[in-house]
Amino acid sequence: MRLIFGCLLAFVIAAAIGLSMTWLTLSRGTAFGAIPIGAWTAWPKTGTQDADPYSRATIARSGELPVGSGDGVAFLARADDNGKALDGRCDVLINGVTPQARFWTITLYDSQGQLVANSIERHGFTSQEILRHADGSFEVAVAPRARPSNWLPTGGIENYVLMLRLYDTPVGVATRAAREAPMPAIQVRSCP
Amino acid sequence: MMRWALWLLAGALLGGIVHLVTVLILPATATQDAYSRFSTMSEVNTVTPVPPPTPQNAVIPFMDPAFAAAVCRYDLSAGPIKLNVPVSIAYTSVSFYTRRGVAYYAINDRAAGRRAIELDLMTSAQRSNLPDDEEVTAADRLIVESPTSTGLIMVRALAPEAGLMPAVRNALNAARCRVDVKS
Repeated sequence: MRLIFGCLLAFVIAAAIGLSMTWLTLSRGTAFGAIPIGAWTAWPKTGTQDADPYSRATIARSGELPVGSGDGVAFLARADDNGKALDGRCDVLINGVTPQARFWTITLYDSQGQLVANSIERHGFTSQEILRHADGSFEVAVAPRARPSNWLPTGGIENYVLMLRLYDTPVGVATRAAREAPMPAIQVRSCP
Repeated sequence: MMRWALWLLAGALLGGIVHLVTVLILPATATQDAYSRFSTMSEVNTVTPVPPPTPQNAVIPFMDPAFAAAVCRYDLSAGPIKLNVPVSIAYTSVSFYTRRGVAYYAINDRAAGRRAIELDLMTSAQRSNLPDDEEVTAADRLIVESPTSTGLIMVRALAPEAGLMPAVRNALNAARCRVDVKS
């Protein structure tokens, strides 16, 4: 009797631990091959044949297609520079410069990777569209209500993510530090 | 008491195994992966335009809305595929994915260096069956080897400004992928 209970307990614990670890690693992303630069993280290896089993599982589960390494690299931000999750009700300022690339785009998605509905149908900027300062740096105001210059509307949703994709860029698997790839800062200005 | 602690430990160890096994078999059991999503909207070995992502509807998550995209869902069992993509105004890229969505090759217009990206896609077996004399003429022809016999080719072209999207979309309509009949 005790043996049966013991086995049962072990199996229940195994299922709980195993499945929750799988779920957590696939929804949060793992540190394997990650390049964290400020608030941004890229997984350039995910765009190659050497993708690790975790990124393979993540891709299969979500249905996304990663940016191939011969095409470019994608940087994802879920939180601001202080590690606080990005909230669509707050005013957030992205400013700085981007690493060297022929083109780049910045896009706002909800946490599932869908675009967010808004009144002006703007979901992101390309490197050609964006208004810049004289020194080449730029500012993007990510906010629920209209802002002057580069306004990226959040639609007021609770959680969003930002993706900065560099196309035709030397940034990739060999990139190590922020010095090689300066990413823009993400700062919360005000929160209701 | 000691006995229960042992059962707990056994459970935790088994949990680690469950975790690794589920991660490894997940790609083979996923029903909503990119290939499955494109299966319902595209023919085999034909370039199909991918509808632009909108907040209500996107074929796959995390699509870049600044790009026009087209997909060729390929099956190499009938022979190698020839792909021809005209280069559009700003930036054009072609990415190759296995049946499970792993990006095994990608090339952009600058690397291709011409007015069009032209290449042949084949399995390793088909490549080793190429006649020798053809291997010589293959010097100026780009050959990509697919690790799987089925997969996806994503053709993407950037519209640097929103107003250019219709033109970019039009340019992509000229992209072709077809089974290479003569070889």
